[in-house]
Amino acid sequence: MACLQVNSLLIEKKMALEKQEKEIFEGLELSQKNLIHFLHRIQARFGYIPPEMVDELAQRLHLSPAEIFGVLTFYKAFTLEPRGKHQVTICLGTACHVRGGKQIVEEAERRLGIKAGQTTPDREFTLETVNCLGCCAIGPVVVVDGVYHAHVSIDQVEKILKSATEKSHEKA
Amino acid sequence: MKKLNSLEELEKWRQQILGSRSEKSKKILKTVILSSGTCGQASGSLEVLEAFKKEIETRHLEEKIELKVTGCHGFCEMEPNIIIEPDKIFYKKIKPEDVPLIIEKTLLDGEIIPALVYQDPLDGRLYPHQQEIPFYRRQLRWLTEANFYLDPTSLEDYIAHGGYEALARVLQSFDPEQVIEEITASGLRGRGGAGFPTGRKWKICREAPGDLKFIICNADEGDPGAYMDRSLLEGNPHSVLEGMIIGAYAIGAREGFVYVRMEYPLAVRHVTLAIEQAREAGLLGESILGTSFSFNLHTVQGAGAFVSGEETSLMASIEGRRAFPRQRPPFPAQSGLWGYPTNINNVETWVNVPLIIKKGASWFNQVGTEGSKGTKIFSLVGKINNTGLVEVPMGITLREIIYEVGGGIKGGRSFKAVQTGGPSGGCLPSSLLDLPVDYDTLTRAGSIMGSGGMIVMDEATCMVDVARYFLNFTQEESCGKCVPCRVGTRQMVDILNRIVAGEGEEDDIERLESLAQTVKKASLCGLGQTAPNPVLTTLKYFREEYEAHIREKSCPALVCKDLIVYYIEPELCVGCLLCLKSCPTGAISGERKKPHYIDQSLCIKCGACFEKCPKKVQAIKKYTGKKRDEILAASGANKNSRVGL
Repeated sequence: MACLQVNSLLIEKKMALEKQEKEIFEGLELSQKNLIHFLHRIQARFGYIPPEMVDELAQRLHLSPAEIFGVLTFYKAFTLEPRGKHQVTICLGTACHVRGGKQIVEEAERRLGIKAGQTTPDREFTLETVNCLGCCAIGPVVVVDGVYHAHVSIDQVEKILKSATEKSHEKA
Repeated sequence: MKKLNSLEELEKWRQQILGSRSEKSKKILKTVILSSGTCGQASGSLEVLEAFKKEIETRHLEEKIELKVTGCHGFCEMEPNIIIEPDKIFYKKIKPEDVPLIIEKTLLDGEIIPALVYQDPLDGRLYPHQQEIPFYRRQLRWLTEANFYLDPTSLEDYIAHGGYEALARVLQSFDPEQVIEEITASGLRGRGGAGFPTGRKWKICREAPGDLKFIICNADEGDPGAYMDRSLLEGNPHSVLEGMIIGAYAIGAREGFVYVRMEYPLAVRHVTLAIEQAREAGLLGESILGTSFSFNLHTVQGAGAFVSGEETSLMASIEGRRAFPRQRPPFPAQSGLWGYPTNINNVETWVNVPLIIKKGASWFNQVGTEGSKGTKIFSLVGKINNTGLVEVPMGITLREIIYEVGGGIKGGRSFKAVQTGGPSGGCLPSSLLDLPVDYDTLTRAGSIMGSGGMIVMDEATCMVDVARYFLNFTQEESCGKCVPCRVGTRQMVDILNRIVAGEGEEDDIERLESLAQTVKKASLCGLGQTAPNPVLTTLKYFREEYEAHIREKSCPALVCKDLIVYYIEPELCVGCLLCLKSCPTGAISGERKKPHYIDQSLCIKCGACFEKCPKKVQAIKKYTGKKRDEILAASGANKNSRVGL
């Protein structure tokens, strides 16, 4: 029995690896010009860049891991740490700034007990700021898990954060 | 989709599409056009679309009412909005529950619903038709007009509206040099900010030795507050492609890239789709339209670095490296992507190209000023009534843009400054409102045209805080390659942080000016060379605000946290408890119907109470300077205590 179980676990793991292989490496030439494409795919697949994927990429693209670390830490899109379940992004573009975007960030920081750029210890929320989402008419803008909240005021922040966790409870 | 093998086939296809459309349109009574760019979608346009679909289906009106989803109509303040053809009725801020009434009254009975009609904030008049609205009336929408009627996901629709006609004309009767001559004669200058003459740029690249050449579309629109490129890519991606294909033909490039910033997911999607469609139709790839000209195009998604909008950094990023700028010369036209001659233009520049070919250089250069021809799209944002994307002829004055197109300042406040050119630009005061907007006059005033962000500020905006905001931005985005930018901007931000915290010193202004000159002169790329502009222009035009912060420790605009207090005027307070409940630190005490009180030692100056206090009451005031010190002294709080979080 135990043997069979181990076997099926191995098969599952192999299938997962094959799927991952497909999602990340299919259809792109293995050369440095596609490095950022690969990193985007890995970030999308795992929610961060796992260190073992850096080694994997280095081998396949014939680059040094240092070079890949250099690139991935340069760009804001990539993180080396897993993100929270809910992604909260607050716009700090000029239009949002003059309409009080910074106070919104501070309120979110207070409510979540973390600073912008951090993830809560329970991995529920990652709080980030962004330079401009290009929808300046509706600022201040807060995006929670891809849903845009327009004209956000300080006292709405709590509700917006709560709505994210409630939604995921509903799904569960 | 069948591949088109000749110019005739393209024309034949166009006629076919038009023919089948006129057949279909005989039955159609009205077309509802839904503005649905990122702004529109964020404001709920997709829910409105669903409501229309459902309602049309239940009433079996599929043959009579046509639904069309377009890119952004530019009037962001009024999203989600619709235009009803053929009368061009404009309805603003639609909610899904408005849909049945719109169908019943306007679409079937031809009546206008006043509640959904745009009302001008200045004269209070109602404007039911799109073309009459003052926001649109003063514009010259050469590039953005198509956003009113084009389905951005349909190549067919683009072809039906004359798309790829310019390309066909070029392939049929222009040799590459003639294309460059035409663009040069039009006077078109780069819309990305620097304003280099496009024709000349193309010529240098064409004449550069070597067979392998590249062209790039710079869609890394990173300036906060600028989003015209996003709107063009989302609303009319094929026009960008057509411009690029014509450019590739003129320059002799076989491969090109569209570099889009990752914060624009919808734009990435639409451009990628357009490239696929064009490839299938034989408008991209080998032997385009059966000619000997071949050209391929790829999208590259940015990864969140402002500096990659600088051309040499952008190329490094396409090559899969860190987006570090490098020394110029050699210019990209001589040695660019992987060392090959490369021509790089901004989205808006590329969209101008098919227009110039179609209408001719002499038609194009009739509009504009001596040195700046054609139109320019600006994003008008900040404390303005009509926030949105506006396309205006070059040479229009700032006053016309802000007051006639923009409808003036929000809430009847007074104008203080307009910031043009994003973090590389400057703040211009009201004395310069009659400045004609073109590349050269803006540069002379100390600002730049830049990509076209125009952020309007009112009296409640602190110019020192704005300068600090922009510098903080460029400091964070500095790639760190050269010392003047990396360290210089850091020092400048530190000084500004001190000033807004009330710890400024008498020499700080001089120090700022001297640092600014060094950063400007000694930085390698445009980011560093222009980073001090917001500080320099605010020092030039709003010096007294800096002095107030430094000498009197006061913030005249009542913005800088460390220099203000929130105070409840006891005789105005009605004791409604709203502020008390909103305070996150419990600094407010009081009973119902009795004046409330703020404990200054607990207050973190978040402004929640100020926001909550009812408009009719306005009992919570902000004070700075002497009055602030008095209030703090009376409450026993230490006036030098910094706000700590």
